[in-house]
Amino acid sequence: MRVLVPSALQSYTGASWVEAEGATLGEVLGDLDRRYPGIRFRMIDERGKARPHVRFFHRKEAVRDLAAALAPGDELLIVQALSGG
Amino acid sequence: MTSKAAARSLILVATRKGAWIYQGDGARRTWRTEGPHFLGHIVSHLVLDPRDGRTLLAAAKTGHLGPTIFRSTDLGHTWKEAARPPAFGPAANGLEARAVDHTFWLTPGHESEHGVWYAGTSPQGLFRSGDGGITWEPASTIHDDPQYRKWMGTVQDGTPDGPKLHSILVDPRDARHLVIGMSGGGVHESHDAGRTFKPLVDGMEVVEGFDPAEVTFHDPHCVRYCPSNPDRLYQQNHCGLYRIDRPATKWVRIGGGIPKEVGDVGFPMVVHPRDADRAWVFPMDASSVWPRTSPDGKPAVYGTRDAGATWQRMDAGLPPSDAWWTVKRQAMTADGDDPVGLYFGTTSGELWMSDDEGGHWREIARHLPEIYAVETAQVG
Repeated sequence: MRVLVPSALQSYTGASWVEAEGATLGEVLGDLDRRYPGIRFRMIDERGKARPHVRFFHRKEAVRDLAAALAPGDELLIVQALSGG
Repeated sequence: MTSKAAARSLILVATRKGAWIYQGDGARRTWRTEGPHFLGHIVSHLVLDPRDGRTLLAAAKTGHLGPTIFRSTDLGHTWKEAARPPAFGPAANGLEARAVDHTFWLTPGHESEHGVWYAGTSPQGLFRSGDGGITWEPASTIHDDPQYRKWMGTVQDGTPDGPKLHSILVDPRDARHLVIGMSGGGVHESHDAGRTFKPLVDGMEVVEGFDPAEVTFHDPHCVRYCPSNPDRLYQQNHCGLYRIDRPATKWVRIGGGIPKEVGDVGFPMVVHPRDADRAWVFPMDASSVWPRTSPDGKPAVYGTRDAGATWQRMDAGLPPSDAWWTVKRQAMTADGDDPVGLYFGTTSGELWMSDDEGGHWREIARHLPEIYAVETAQVG
């Protein structure tokens, strides 16, 4: 599926839109990490939790659970919530 | 005293918004700026490996993204991210799982152990790399030790931007002998390369009304050993200045010689590279609500030549008044030259140095972001 990558992570991907495969949020992020090593840990901590200012959207809904199913062919939007000054 | 300087001195400056490297001439008179590196990243520490003179590690994160470590083997011309940054293991012993918020402190390992580095994190964790910072593993049983976890406390108990493990000291005589500081959580010593630790807090005071026997209440801000006598440690603590001469087990408070209106509380602790009786500190206002500014707006370094028995104010060249900054715990350091160069970076983004051991100060840079760490290095 097409994945929108926020500017803070484009040092890994080199592009705002990239492709990744997977049936769940966790699988898609895992595939992204295979393609762009290191990118997953910047978003997901070692407990498997999304970091405080990273959000995922799919079909206009926020997705918080790594096990959540994603509809094939649709887009995953990764968003960085603004924080701090 | 003859003036002898390295071929090239570097000042490594880590800030809240990126890192900068200052390349000096042999005389430490002029400095060429390189940077910013990682603009916008929160860089807690930038350290050069003294064993190879070319490997730089930077502990970084951003406001949005998780923590990582960047590595350069060409003095910062190119950078590559660590393949496996510091991360805690899964929950153990019934304790809550933790996640590294940021790597706060970097220490190259013993001279005999090429490629070994230690990292201290927030929340408190000790990590080790055996391959020059490419991959990192948890280094200590204290992560999953219920007693240590109690002493570490929670985010509620720590410093404003998270509880930290810092001041990772490797004994130059024994690679397995380590000392660490935890804010909060005290000073601890290891004889098995960090696998296990024992508290070293006797003699240290805690905030009034609390029990100094409770390790959790101890808040060392910065601990340093003297390269010329590694049995001697100096400590800047939340509750004053201390020294210990091992094998003694009790810290002695040594800040009484600093005027009461200035006080002996601050963040950094700097030791002389060749004279264990000499050290420098940067006191801050720790009264009432803890403004953490220069006392009365008059910044000054205080130095001792007699292991803390007496202290001399060293403020020539610094603003005489109306300067409301301070210096964080990694943001003051000494080089190895003769005379010793002293360097500090301020919370208001100024970089200062003295090339006469604190006698006179001059500004090298201003208008940087808040400075978190200043290190020096010498390269051929």
